[in-house]
Amino acid sequence: MSIEVLMPALSPTMEEGTLAKWLIKEGDSVESGDVIAEIETDKATMEVEAVEEGVVAKLLVAEGTEGVKVNAAIAILAEDGEDPANLEAPKAAPSNDKAEPVAEAEEDAATEDAPETGEPVVIDHAAPDASDPEIASGTAMKETTVRDALRDAMAEEMRRDDTVFVMGEEVAEYQGAYKVTRGLLDEFGPKRVVDTPITEHGFAGLGVGAAFNGLKPVVEFMTFNFAMQAIDHIINSAAKTLYMSGGQMGCPIVFRGPNGAASRVGAQHSQDYSAWYANVPGLKVIAPYDAADAKGLLKAAIRDPNPVVFLEHELIYGETFDVPDVEDWVLPIGKAKVRREGTDVTITAHSRMVGFALEAADILAQEGISAEVIDLRTLRPLDTDTVVQSVKKTNRIVCAEEGWGRMGVGAEIAAVVTAEAFDYLDAPPVRVHQEDVPLPYAGNLEKLSLPGTADIVKAAKAVCYAE
Amino acid sequence: MAAKRNTKSSAAKAAGKDELLKYYRDMLMMRRFEEKAGQLYGMGLIAGFCHLYIGQEAVVTGIQAAMEEGDQVITGYRDHAHMLACGMDPNGVMAELTGREGGYSRGKGGSMHMFSREKQFYGGHGIVGAQVALGTGLAFADRYKDNKKVAVAYFGDGAANQGQVYESFNMAKLWDLPVIYVIENNQYAMGTAVKRASSETHLYKRGASFGIPGEEVDGMDVEAVKRAAEKAVKHARDGKGPFILEMKTYRYRGHSMSDPAKYRTREEVDDIRSHHDPIDLIKKRLIEGKHASEEELKEIDKEVKKIVADAAQFAKDSPEPDPSELYTDVLVEA
Repeated sequence: MSIEVLMPALSPTMEEGTLAKWLIKEGDSVESGDVIAEIETDKATMEVEAVEEGVVAKLLVAEGTEGVKVNAAIAILAEDGEDPANLEAPKAAPSNDKAEPVAEAEEDAATEDAPETGEPVVIDHAAPDASDPEIASGTAMKETTVRDALRDAMAEEMRRDDTVFVMGEEVAEYQGAYKVTRGLLDEFGPKRVVDTPITEHGFAGLGVGAAFNGLKPVVEFMTFNFAMQAIDHIINSAAKTLYMSGGQMGCPIVFRGPNGAASRVGAQHSQDYSAWYANVPGLKVIAPYDAADAKGLLKAAIRDPNPVVFLEHELIYGETFDVPDVEDWVLPIGKAKVRREGTDVTITAHSRMVGFALEAADILAQEGISAEVIDLRTLRPLDTDTVVQSVKKTNRIVCAEEGWGRMGVGAEIAAVVTAEAFDYLDAPPVRVHQEDVPLPYAGNLEKLSLPGTADIVKAAKAVCYAE
Repeated sequence: MAAKRNTKSSAAKAAGKDELLKYYRDMLMMRRFEEKAGQLYGMGLIAGFCHLYIGQEAVVTGIQAAMEEGDQVITGYRDHAHMLACGMDPNGVMAELTGREGGYSRGKGGSMHMFSREKQFYGGHGIVGAQVALGTGLAFADRYKDNKKVAVAYFGDGAANQGQVYESFNMAKLWDLPVIYVIENNQYAMGTAVKRASSETHLYKRGASFGIPGEEVDGMDVEAVKRAAEKAVKHARDGKGPFILEMKTYRYRGHSMSDPAKYRTREEVDDIRSHHDPIDLIKKRLIEGKHASEEELKEIDKEVKKIVADAAQFAKDSPEPDPSELYTDVLVEA
């Protein structure tokens, strides 16, 4: 019986990768544990070890092949006594064509709400937004991932201002745990791209002290889950000192990193802190969705004289969007964006939930419901004017967020809308949010817990009394 | 790596007359200021938490004497004397204690939260140990700017058990930041004696595993403090990294104004006051060294009392902040 060597998943969110190099050739004997190949993803280069022993019968994927799907067969090993020459390649094509993912992967991916384990959600990113006053028509666009947009924002601000520096765990030599800081060390050197020990409380406090003393730190948390170790400095030291000092002690600092659910990493690595930070006066809180906003708002955050919590999302780092190819793309903090105009129901969302809200709007449109999608972008200060104006037009609202609902962003928006547009409402506001439990690990339970497109569709229909 | 006790002060050269008189005056100012703050608290003019520095005056006075203009200071919540040592105006400090418009934070900070960019005083922090990480960041910025300045972070024996102190020690030595950690060991973290809270009670050794030198210093002798500080400041300014000074000192008053004082005996407090008072010690040296007469010192005493009385008056007369101040200073308007 021959053994198929499959393309391994090297991270919870990896869908495909490049087979960079074979370290074996056909006819070689391999033992379990031998390094047989090197694989690259957009985040990392990793070695692949053999998990079985045998003789290499065939290498099915050539070196340098890009887009090899996770779980596709990449080589065949002959077991003892088999003739490698008689073995045949499996039917599934390995490279980046329209091949069906192997059954196992497909099963995991059979949820539109958890695209990270299978096909990406198909969002027509090229479609023009319903309204975006910041982009002049005819502006050239450049396709950029959210990850690179964030990196470009930091690099541009570092070139512009010598006092801007980046610090955090693995930001320099490792090139970023999620590759957001890739290349910064090469350009700016170790003085300005500082690898820290695993010391969130300490380096957050150190960053705040450096900001008090004239620098503009960009402090990366590998994820915001770890920032709970540092939250005392974010709130007590960074957010409150200006007020406590009667306006003397500004703290120009950005705390940034991925926030919210990743994929199958369990409860401690999967929390959405939007509502926590948005609760605190003295902070600005930004949670962008697409690459243009990620870049424009991160540049604005770095220039802002106040402490800014910048919430990114691991599951959209790799998504590609158009970014205006202009000299200095900076967006205003505190402005929501109407991503799709509609007349029947307003859907608010931020960060990754915006993608689901846009998908939901597509589905609703097919059923005759015209949804207006508002990307909040900034959670503090919250652009309630845009939301209230929209509700006065649509008379209905669904507030979607990835985090827990109790005391959440949606609860705040529902309260504001109820207070400021009560007479316009034709239905009580409805919230869409994570189930009120720590995020479970099991694939099916995780899917049940996290909100997605279907939940938004259902909520929108409910406020429209459509079902 | 030297972690050693250095309580002997006889070997070094004695301070001159002007220096001793300045110490005397500065320490007396702190003492009288704090006594007045205690009174105003009793009268209901100062509210909330109010932590008095009485007994510890030699520490901040001696350290400050070794610093240069532009060096930074940061401390915890027992901070009034640190501000006076930095040259901040007693009126502004006292008016902050009374929560008035004329206070350094315009009444919004209170006893624990005052700052002065001009005097390079960075607070005034209420979370025990936070100032250690923040102070390390001040030093990080100094090194980044290559400005040859140093930062001094003061903290107590209680804060010395906070985790972030060691996170900061690690980074400070890893990057050889110009920071001096001054541990004001006044023997009690609120009501908990050092030996009841610390497995290693010699706090100057706490940097040993990071390679940070430390010294124990008689924190009741301002001259000993200054000599130790000069060495530590030079070490940091020369690019050799952080230095730890453990100041053995004592606070006469309670942890804050509401202290039951059940954790130590009256005799213990009286013994220190009678035999180890930092101001009495300098007074003795001034008189015995024939640098000043009793009359001259009384004259200083009078001057200081006047300044403090004026500060108290200012703090009473200054109006409460205007209600419109409620929403100012939340964010810097870009």
